[in-house]
Amino acid sequence: MLKRLFSKKNRALLSELVRTDFKLRYQGSVLGYAWSLLRPLLIFIILYLVFVKFLKLGNGVPHYPVYLLFGIVMWNFFVEMTMQSIGSIVGRGDLIRKIRIPRWMIVFSTSLSALINLGLNLVVVVVFMIINGVGVLSTLPLTILPLIEIYIFALGVSFFLAALFVRFRDVSYIWEVLLQAGFYITPVLYPLSRIPGLTLQKIILMNPMGQAMQDARYTAITHQATTTYQLFNGGPYIFLPFAVVIVTVLIGLFYFKRESKYFAENI
Amino acid sequence: MDVDDYVIRVDHLSKEFKLPHEKNNSIKSAVVNFWRREKGYEIQKALDDITFDVKKGDFFGIVGRNGSGKSTLLKLIAGIYTPTQGGIHVKGSLTPFIELGVGFNPELTGRENVFLNGSLLGFNRKEMMQKYNDIVEFAEIEKFMDQKLKNYSSGMQVRLAFSIAIQAKGDILILDEVLAVGDEAFQRKCVNVFEKYKSNNQTIVLVTHDMSVVERFCNKALLIKDGSMVEMGKPRLIAQMYSDLNKDAYSKQRRRIEKKRTYTGNIKIELLDYKTKNEKNRFVQGEKMRVKLSWKREGVKNAGVAIMKQSGEYIFGPNTYRDKFKISGKEINYLVDLDIGPGEYFVKAGLFGAKDTNVLEFVDEGPSFNVEEPKRKNKWGGLAHLEYNWE
Repeated sequence: MLKRLFSKKNRALLSELVRTDFKLRYQGSVLGYAWSLLRPLLIFIILYLVFVKFLKLGNGVPHYPVYLLFGIVMWNFFVEMTMQSIGSIVGRGDLIRKIRIPRWMIVFSTSLSALINLGLNLVVVVVFMIINGVGVLSTLPLTILPLIEIYIFALGVSFFLAALFVRFRDVSYIWEVLLQAGFYITPVLYPLSRIPGLTLQKIILMNPMGQAMQDARYTAITHQATTTYQLFNGGPYIFLPFAVVIVTVLIGLFYFKRESKYFAENI
Repeated sequence: MDVDDYVIRVDHLSKEFKLPHEKNNSIKSAVVNFWRREKGYEIQKALDDITFDVKKGDFFGIVGRNGSGKSTLLKLIAGIYTPTQGGIHVKGSLTPFIELGVGFNPELTGRENVFLNGSLLGFNRKEMMQKYNDIVEFAEIEKFMDQKLKNYSSGMQVRLAFSIAIQAKGDILILDEVLAVGDEAFQRKCVNVFEKYKSNNQTIVLVTHDMSVVERFCNKALLIKDGSMVEMGKPRLIAQMYSDLNKDAYSKQRRRIEKKRTYTGNIKIELLDYKTKNEKNRFVQGEKMRVKLSWKREGVKNAGVAIMKQSGEYIFGPNTYRDKFKISGKEINYLVDLDIGPGEYFVKAGLFGAKDTNVLEFVDEGPSFNVEEPKRKNKWGGLAHLEYNWE
């Protein structure tokens, strides 16, 4: 199955699609690729000034600036990937209406560009970790797991939204609003301890983004980051975020597969 | 030959499109329509019960007028659309090019576009590197390869696209209207490529308007009209039927124009039988025709009637002034021997003041008529029958 999906032909196409995406993204801007690093950095500086310096949200959390930056990078990755995927099928309508390429590849290539961007951003995070004097934790290699989880979750959402967008162009506006809501029910800015009440904290960490983000911070930056596991003290509830991810991916793939037959005529 | 010896089998294929009444892709309209139990779309049948086989080595032509469904058929074969009913079975690899220059991006350079386009054909960078020089040479645009595509002329873009497309390898190639590109020299090159395909026994499915291509290259052709099969068979036959189809449509359109022009103007043109004066528009070669002009205005001193071939050639057209015939009243009859070859003709007529430059009324495209084969013994063909003697 995988062998067929990633045949030589498909690999060649995928690499060209990603390459084109990258070449075109910063086309005409003076700083070019540097923007993929500069943008999150500038946003980070704003949020840092507001939330760390003025509102002093991060008191009590070690390495809070890096903790904040890492969260922003992960959240931005999710936002960027889903927002770009939504329009990807419609945006590539010229290809879809004229040649037979596997439709999933278009969403997938968009996700790969987002992934490359994440990689670049993580370099910035590492640099800040060194500057901030974050020690190397024994759990650091495990950080890859929550990141993979975020990617898979985003991929499931992307497939679903990209297919839905072909039929309903309202989707992008609705999703923008939902992302804004998601930004606040995910502990990107605030440490979880700032949330009053254990129940509310639990609800927040049942969200896969919140769970993955806290896990990644725990393994990479500080063991003081509250994880879902700690909050629920083990037990069956800790699997809930993963279940959400799995269900999302299955629904996304199923819907995409069903709709993809008619992309060419519906776009 | 084995019955199952096909590479493409199209089996009772039908395709319907849902055409939304208005752009119906907002959630609101979907909800509203659902609630009102309205469909919000109309079904349009683009293809109806198409069945044919393409065998290995066939150069298969699909022809039809614009909007007949041939591109839809091609897209179904290529797997871009999904059939509503029936099936398509393809054996072997199928090169998906329906149109030239798919995926070309104007913001990328010619070179970058070559690699992008190549990947759509299934070639990776390494393979494209090897083909790169051939492509550029064939397209004749070496100097421009590092410029952005948006700065290319349309001819250059198409040449580049075609040069990449012919690199495609596959058991079956699908081509849509590719020959309408480039200048004559480039077209000759394209023809050479086709010849090469043909001699290599490459299986090709081609959609085209160009009947000379069909007759020259195809060994089988399919004519479709309004989504249904009209005929499948030898290219010569299909080409003939296709031009007849076009002629029909042309004369239909022409009749509409006639109605507008002739009978709303201030000059009435009637084509009549010579003796009975009944209306008539089919004549036998050698028969006499009566053209009756009538009008309402005053001051007509000169009238002329000309016979034109449907294709626009002027056949013959005298006027009363130079023939020194005096018009009295508001009507005149022009009697003429139609000893002209079989075909479609139409009449032009004009009313003039004193001289034939002083135009009072003019009908540029009057009623048309047919001339059929003569019944006489010796038929010589040709455009007209001329009076002659042997000495």
